[in-house]
Amino acid sequence: MSNATVLVVTSGKGGVGKTTSTAAIATALAKQGYKVCAVDFDVGLRNLDLIMGAERRVVFDLVNVVRGEATIKQALVRDKRLENLYLLPASQTRDKDALTDEGVASVVSELRMYFDWIVCDSPAGIERGATLAMRYADEAIIVSNPEVSSVRDCDRIIGLLDAKTAVAEQGGRMPKHLLITRYDAERAKSGDMLAVDDVVDILSVPLIGVVPESKDVLKASNVGMPVTMSDENSAPARAYTEAVQRLLGEDLPVTIPSEKKGLFGKLFKGRAA
Amino acid sequence: MNLLNLFGRRGESATVAKNRLKILLAHERTNDGADAALISSLREDILEVVKRRVDIDVDSVRLEMDRTGDVMTLGIDIELPQEKKAS
Repeated sequence: MSNATVLVVTSGKGGVGKTTSTAAIATALAKQGYKVCAVDFDVGLRNLDLIMGAERRVVFDLVNVVRGEATIKQALVRDKRLENLYLLPASQTRDKDALTDEGVASVVSELRMYFDWIVCDSPAGIERGATLAMRYADEAIIVSNPEVSSVRDCDRIIGLLDAKTAVAEQGGRMPKHLLITRYDAERAKSGDMLAVDDVVDILSVPLIGVVPESKDVLKASNVGMPVTMSDENSAPARAYTEAVQRLLGEDLPVTIPSEKKGLFGKLFKGRAA
Repeated sequence: MNLLNLFGRRGESATVAKNRLKILLAHERTNDGADAALISSLREDILEVVKRRVDIDVDSVRLEMDRTGDVMTLGIDIELPQEKKAS
């Protein structure tokens, strides 16, 4: 029996930061010394390879493996920078039925033999790709933006996690963690954006981290480096790294990003206090 | 690092992004899975030749591909067993 943990990163809504978060979390776990595989379940629209900077080295993909055209070991792309970090890319096929339940089950159980952590990047939506990404997970990270439609879609996903997963069907309860991304402290303060507490309240899922909206995320994507690799000291990298520490069981209070202040702001605040 | 970086030119990472996308899309638009098929058959052929001389495990064969600009390189890594070689 392996000690691997299969983690699904999911959200329902598109564009909230699932792929960015998958790459950042997988990298942060690998930096802690674990053997990690990030799996892209977004068949037809793969992008995790691009965000992880491995797009030029993809030979085979998840669908090739499911169909028996390649072995898992052949399809895995090893990261050039971290030797214990791997990617299993999605395919670009337009065939919606390319993934089967049995195929995914066997891929996931084989990956469990080789890795400590398997981080599954779910596609948006609630269709086959999304349900298969969560199907064999042990834990889930639910990614939400502090915005109404994103929160609503997360609620639907939580329903699926509690009904359509192998864990749920065996009468268990899937451990869930809420990750709020693209958080803008200034707009939350002025009341234009849902506050962290509001989102946690509505979804009733324990909070694992709050990642601030940041230009560092876009920069990291541009150069194909997960944000936890490109600049470890940037605000989003720190937020992801801390979220991973909590995932690993550390008792670390969640820090809500505060308003960004320039040097002048800081000096002024210091004087006024 | 190039000189422009030193001066902190704006949008440097955007230039990297543009170049990465150009290479990738040029490839994806024309390729459509042909690479995987080619590499798969190359692998079969090479394995067959190697197997004539050495007893190897299919799983000990690693393929690596890299595309840089117009050049595509294919690396085939075969782990040979320690002791005996077939004659």
